[in-house]
Amino acid sequence: MSTPKISIQQVGKLFGEGSHQVEALKDVSLDIADNEFVTFVGASGCGKSTLLRIIGGLEYHSAGEVLVDGRSIMGPGADRAMVFQHYSLYPWLRVMENIKFSRRLKHGRENISEADVEAASGRADALLALMGLTAAANAWPNQLSGGMQQRVAIARALMGRPQILLMDEPFGALDAQTREVMHDLILHVHRLEKPTLAFVTHDVEEAIYLADRVVLMAPRPGRIDTIYKVPLPAEREQDMKHTPEFLGLKKEILARIRETSGMKTDQDMLDQLNLGGAAG
Amino acid sequence: MQSRPGIRPRRPGMWAIRGPLSRRQYWLFAALGLLVPLGLWWVVSSGAAVDKVFLPGPVDVFKRLVSWYAEDDLLSDMGISIYRVTTGFLLSAVIALPLALMIGTFRPVQAVLEPLTDFIRYMPAVAFIPLVMLWVGIEESSKISIIFIGTFFQMVLMMAEDVRRVPLAQVEAAQTMGADKGETINLVIFQAAKPALLDTLRVTMGWAWTYLVVAELVAANSGLGYSILKAQRFLQTDKIFVGIILIGLIGLVMDQLFRLAHRKAFPWLYLKS
Repeated sequence: MSTPKISIQQVGKLFGEGSHQVEALKDVSLDIADNEFVTFVGASGCGKSTLLRIIGGLEYHSAGEVLVDGRSIMGPGADRAMVFQHYSLYPWLRVMENIKFSRRLKHGRENISEADVEAASGRADALLALMGLTAAANAWPNQLSGGMQQRVAIARALMGRPQILLMDEPFGALDAQTREVMHDLILHVHRLEKPTLAFVTHDVEEAIYLADRVVLMAPRPGRIDTIYKVPLPAEREQDMKHTPEFLGLKKEILARIRETSGMKTDQDMLDQLNLGGAAG
Repeated sequence: MQSRPGIRPRRPGMWAIRGPLSRRQYWLFAALGLLVPLGLWWVVSSGAAVDKVFLPGPVDVFKRLVSWYAEDDLLSDMGISIYRVTTGFLLSAVIALPLALMIGTFRPVQAVLEPLTDFIRYMPAVAFIPLVMLWVGIEESSKISIIFIGTFFQMVLMMAEDVRRVPLAQVEAAQTMGADKGETINLVIFQAAKPALLDTLRVTMGWAWTYLVVAELVAANSGLGYSILKAQRFLQTDKIFVGIILIGLIGLVMDQLFRLAHRKAFPWLYLKS
């Protein structure tokens, strides 16, 4: 393998101070290749979101190093756009203005010509069409359904041509049908735009369907447990979810998540879910 | 309740919990809420048992309004009061806004300023009057200072809270699109907090008016608050009524103007679903 796009080296993360200190991540190492699609799953508290936020520069790691193209990252940057679960759109901007938000930033305006501006406008239109949002260009975000809002968020993240797209449970709040549509859409985006994609989810089926590799993390302390290579062709179709390979892997991953979560039986798992609410 | 056959379920009435109320019904009830107390006032005050010095009737109050307007230059009293409130309020807003943005954005600024502001805010503004007279004198600026002291500290804290309520995901999305600190504050945090900030201004404007009478205690010789205090000395109860009602009405008008501005400035918050 040539230089990995993202190289995570012995990363550790401590939350809190003094006796309340919690080890959110311990000795996490992982290389992600250019244009690879990697999904992260794991029980509550395994640090998968924290790891993603560290790659995005939104959280600082207490130990180790994160390299992008061989260079250590310094805080957040336009090369690593992030899509959040919700509340990230700007309600005071219309859909098109949200997508073009990065054009307002100095970063996006440096050394650009008239042609670039025109290209950018064309790109915004193209992204709008790609996401099936052309008719909603002038709508306010709060007029859109949850699925459409996430499509705007993805288009906005893609606008600046990030080399890396980080997604933190982006479809977690959507209903099952909308999710399936979004899965095929994000795979299409991945083929078309060729970003390197790191995607956190609590939905194992989603994790397998989308990924080249599924990274299973375990809690207390947060660490990488197992990495599964997905045995499916690069071009995914919804029907593949019913193949023995898919179902076998799903069963294996679910069982391992349960084991690593420290709960012995399904009943423990249910109790935990009932008490704990949303997964982290 | 069981529905009987042949009878379609009715839409919930206005007395259902959080039930619907049509526009017409709303205004009907609103008018009722204003007219009933007015009627009661009229009835009570017109009884022989009540001395006009204690409770003048609506007619007396209206007559006083007319004579104040015609003979005593009511408009300039209103004008000077509005000027004092608005100036004190605007001064407070102009200083509070950047401070609140800093407090709500940077933790060290919060740590330095918030406990201090919290402490000062519990000091009664009225008690500052002697100090204000000593430091600022008895010119216009002293009245404006009192209104400023009364509103500023509350305003900073409320605005800082508005700024802190901006969803983190909105801030972080900008950062991962390459926004620097200044851009994140100007293009995201400030923009996102604007509707809440304008609401805070509307609420604190009401407080500015409550400090008007206090402010006009300080060697004033004009203004609505001053007129109320003077009327008290001469037992002109009807004039006190006019003053109080006028302050209420001006406050109501300003409140409505703020609401109108809110609707115009932030149309996405008022979309019909």
